[in-house]
Amino acid sequence: MAQRTPLYQHHLDAGAKMVDFHGWDMPLNYGSQIEEHHAVRQHVGMFDVSHMTIVDVTGPEAKAYLRRLLANDVAKLQMPGKALYTAMLNETGGVIDDLIVYFFNEESYRLVVNSATRDKDLAWMEAQSGEFDVAITERTEFAMIAVQGPQAPATVAQLLTAEQQEAVAAMKPFVGLQMDDLFIATTGYTGEAGYEIIIPADVVGTVWNRLVELGVKPCGLGARDTLRLEAGMNLYGQDMDESVSPLSSNMAWSVAFEPADRDFIGRSALEAEKAAGTDKLVGLVMQEKGVLRAGLKVSVEGGEGVITSGTFSPTLGYSIALARVPQPVGETAEVEMRKKMVTVKVVKPSFVRNGKAVVTL
Amino acid sequence: MSNVPTELKYAASHEWIRDEGNGIYTVGISEHAQELLGDMVFVDLPEVGDNVSAGDDVAVAESVKAASDIYAPIAGEIVAVNEELEDSPELVNSDPYGDGWLFKIKADDETEVEGLLDAEGYAASIEED
Repeated sequence: MAQRTPLYQHHLDAGAKMVDFHGWDMPLNYGSQIEEHHAVRQHVGMFDVSHMTIVDVTGPEAKAYLRRLLANDVAKLQMPGKALYTAMLNETGGVIDDLIVYFFNEESYRLVVNSATRDKDLAWMEAQSGEFDVAITERTEFAMIAVQGPQAPATVAQLLTAEQQEAVAAMKPFVGLQMDDLFIATTGYTGEAGYEIIIPADVVGTVWNRLVELGVKPCGLGARDTLRLEAGMNLYGQDMDESVSPLSSNMAWSVAFEPADRDFIGRSALEAEKAAGTDKLVGLVMQEKGVLRAGLKVSVEGGEGVITSGTFSPTLGYSIALARVPQPVGETAEVEMRKKMVTVKVVKPSFVRNGKAVVTL
Repeated sequence: MSNVPTELKYAASHEWIRDEGNGIYTVGISEHAQELLGDMVFVDLPEVGDNVSAGDDVAVAESVKAASDIYAPIAGEIVAVNEELEDSPELVNSDPYGDGWLFKIKADDETEVEGLLDAEGYAASIEED
């Protein structure tokens, strides 16, 4: 039987259409995924992301271990609570997973990884920990809610004491702070202001209900996908996996090649790939009727590639996509749509931020 | 359980058809079909004046999830299309048997309608899905 989050019954009560998501029974939508999408862009919405895996890495060699394990460099993290986005690579430079790592101190970090990759992630982390003095602890006692949208700060503030409100208001992006029961992080997967909040499983239902009372619209996986794609954020398993490197996944910015003597897993493979030249993950926009879909073939100057994610953008009113293509790319691409070839525009893979179009046509 | 109005006839491919008199029939997709597809984002309709055969793919309903062909349930001439769908494709979701209609067809042979499923038959067919 599929796994259920502590909010399962809340979803059913709210009329959610439930689907299997990598072994979890999760809400696809609560009626209209487009309305949910707009709620996040214009007001505030929330997602049950309790299926995601929280792993604490602690011990005297936690820092050294993570500097070996992750493509980004946790040595950049100095302020307690500060986080960074990173890939976890295999020896050939393929992406095992993408994740966020929070720094508490040099002997204590928290990783939030994808649920679909939980088993292989934990096995890999365990296997790589061999010579390091670290403890790897999955925190299954927690649930997680993402509250996202321009009104998220004002709404979440109402759950907090005056003192906590002040602390949260002062948080910069990509920081997490523990406040009583709640671990509040200024992170998200929508391109809007908001928080991801880690909450003990036994109280998450109360917090969810309180947020509903405050006017936060529950949103499902459907809206989560269109929001993240408008924001130009990758989805693991779709836009990248173990067969491709971060360099061909628009994640080069998250790979720390400096300092040159940090020997992270996958480094030599990435250096060789960098020298040889890589494919590129680009954005596509199509203003004609129709929807670009994952799997469609794309032709650019450099040859043939493929759409990795495609959707109708509710904010823009036309279709957008991410595509992995050989270089050089040029300004347009040809996509093989239903029964015809269509010319689409190539753009940077970021389409909407903070409710506004960032793509220029 | 989806709403399957008893006064309509249905194709197994999820279109419904309503007798408007004088050999004219309105065609749309069932509530069950729009539920399967999810939020509609574009609807490609046939041209008024097109002559179509039963089973021809004459329209495309494109949702957030997938593009789905719509088939002509009977042969005839397209005499009207629902132009409201150009700007408001979501009508197919909100009112599949009313404002979300797709096109009207003038039947070549009205006896073809008798070969379609009645509400009970269609309800049984989606039960098996």
